[in-house]
Amino acid sequence: MSKSNTILYLDGVSVSFDGFRAINNLSLVLDKGEMRAIIGPNGAGKTTMMDIVTGKTRPDEGEVFFDGQVDLTRHDEAEIAMMGIGRKFQKPTVFESHTIEDNLMLALKGPRSIFPALFHRRSAAEARQIDDILGIIRLGDKRHEQAANLSHGQKQWLEIGMLLAQDPKLLLVDEPVAGMTDAETEETARLLKDIARDHSVIVVEHDMHFVRELGVKVTCLHEGSVLSEGTLDFVSADERVVEVYLGR
Amino acid sequence: MITGRFFAAGADRRIAITIFILLAAAIIVPLLNLAVSPTSAFYVPAYIVALTGKYLCYALLALALDLVWGYCGILSLGHGAFFALGGYAMGMYLMRQIGSRGVYGNPILPDFMVFLNYKELPWFWYGFDHFWFAAIMVLAVPGLLAFIFGWFAFRSRVTGVYLSIITQAMTYALLLAFFRNDMGFGGNNGLTDFKDILGFNVQADATRSALFAASAVMLALAVFVTWAIVGSKYGKLLMAVRDAESRTRFLGWRAENVKLFAFTVSAVMAGIAGALYVPQVGIINPGEFEPSNSIEVVIWAAVGGRGTIVGPIIGALLVNAGKSWFTGVLPELWLFALGGLFVAVTLLLPKGIIGMWDSWRGNARALRAASVVEEAAAKVGVASATSKPARSPARNPGEWSWSDPEPQAAE
Repeated sequence: MSKSNTILYLDGVSVSFDGFRAINNLSLVLDKGEMRAIIGPNGAGKTTMMDIVTGKTRPDEGEVFFDGQVDLTRHDEAEIAMMGIGRKFQKPTVFESHTIEDNLMLALKGPRSIFPALFHRRSAAEARQIDDILGIIRLGDKRHEQAANLSHGQKQWLEIGMLLAQDPKLLLVDEPVAGMTDAETEETARLLKDIARDHSVIVVEHDMHFVRELGVKVTCLHEGSVLSEGTLDFVSADERVVEVYLGR
Repeated sequence: MITGRFFAAGADRRIAITIFILLAAAIIVPLLNLAVSPTSAFYVPAYIVALTGKYLCYALLALALDLVWGYCGILSLGHGAFFALGGYAMGMYLMRQIGSRGVYGNPILPDFMVFLNYKELPWFWYGFDHFWFAAIMVLAVPGLLAFIFGWFAFRSRVTGVYLSIITQAMTYALLLAFFRNDMGFGGNNGLTDFKDILGFNVQADATRSALFAASAVMLALAVFVTWAIVGSKYGKLLMAVRDAESRTRFLGWRAENVKLFAFTVSAVMAGIAGALYVPQVGIINPGEFEPSNSIEVVIWAAVGGRGTIVGPIIGALLVNAGKSWFTGVLPELWLFALGGLFVAVTLLLPKGIIGMWDSWRGNARALRAASVVEEAAAKVGVASATSKPARSPARNPGEWSWSDPEPQAAE
């Protein structure tokens, strides 16, 4: 399989923790500009896969390439983030004691060393970018509020907004609609589809309605490897997927 | 812009007031000691000047600790080590200033070296006869130690209680090392018997006043620097690392470098505090490395209010004033009182004195706002009964008058 024209290329990746194989010979390819939904029961290795891609966990074996040529196993989290991979955690993780605006300001693309940060002044261009993102995530009226005061769903959006501020090439979004109301879920699907127009996106989600709404190719993981891949209808018609989800 | 923020209201005004008070004290206290006759009611005796000067050094140390603990979540239980190293650097300068006036009259070697049969000055004592060299070492030695220590600790992602334990181990290791006579720092007795600083007698009232003023000015400067750091984008990043370190990493920030910078700056501040402390108390010995000293600093910061700039200063001043009073009246109970204080603060005032003050003020303001609203509501009620305002929201008068005065009461 050719790596060129892929944004993410995983081949034969395995990792085990204390003898437990969390990821087992996993191969997964994401084309540039593609949005992919990843489903799978608890413990299927979805979050571990994200840990491997973002440099948090080193794989025992296998290849992980970003943008066709960068070997991600040789870089750490900060380097990978700077190359253009953004990640939203399963539990929304924002800087609770800062305002919404400051959360975005810390995420904005730019130099990441100490001294520029020490003498940083907000430029007009940055202010504009922050305004744009606030508009997209619909938190413009709360910009001066502390992130701790946001609802769970709003925190999820703020975190997605922080990803946008980073301007990554690839977004990894872990359970973006957990704990959201139906209206918020719909809104989030719309938001992600918007983002997918000019970014590559991987969405991990349990909520099948939400996955259906995204309307993209689905990969089902089970016990650390790919069980089935295709449209949602194809995957959910797959005998083995049904078995895994309903128990045998 | 920075000056605009400086004179703004709220928390920033508190910083401006603190700096103003410190600078005023730097002028007034020495004046009251030197220019006022000892019989006057306004006279400040020399021992009070020395004592408060010492407290100001402690306050600077507490502020240094708070920069890493309050703002970055690094609970260092070894800040006393940086303080003591700064103190030793100053002590070495003061030892070299004694010259041939020592008991043994050796123009080069300090007394303890003659006593221990040193033939020549150890290499690491070179240069300490110059004040400028000692001043650089006061900054460089604690800074370098913190940099090297932090480099390894933060790179290996040692956090939380494990980090606290190794900082404690660091100060304990230095304690043991400095106790040894072979180290060349005076062993058990440390460095003492100082005569001059910059050519002035350290015992003289004028010198003590000058040292007090220097401590106050230095503390004011440290308040300003800390405030500038904390208010910058880097400062926001520092708190972000405290609250969600992994988030900062996945945004591309190097959390270890963020911590390392704060830790090094903090150690340098602690070193300055130690250097100002030594000439005022007249001695530096390995006891300053005692782990319990570093823990006491944590208590000062906690009592005053961690994560604030003014809190640790107030905490250090109050606890030490209490200590001076207590050890005079009931010396055997002091440690129990200190321990009890820490437990009480943790349980009852988790945000310290400053936090309590703020929430008390907040409540008072909320009460006042509520009474204003009530009054307004009553007035509107009367008005609507008599003159029938044309505006439709007046259907429920309390409601629209609520929305306009002081909606921030909840804060």
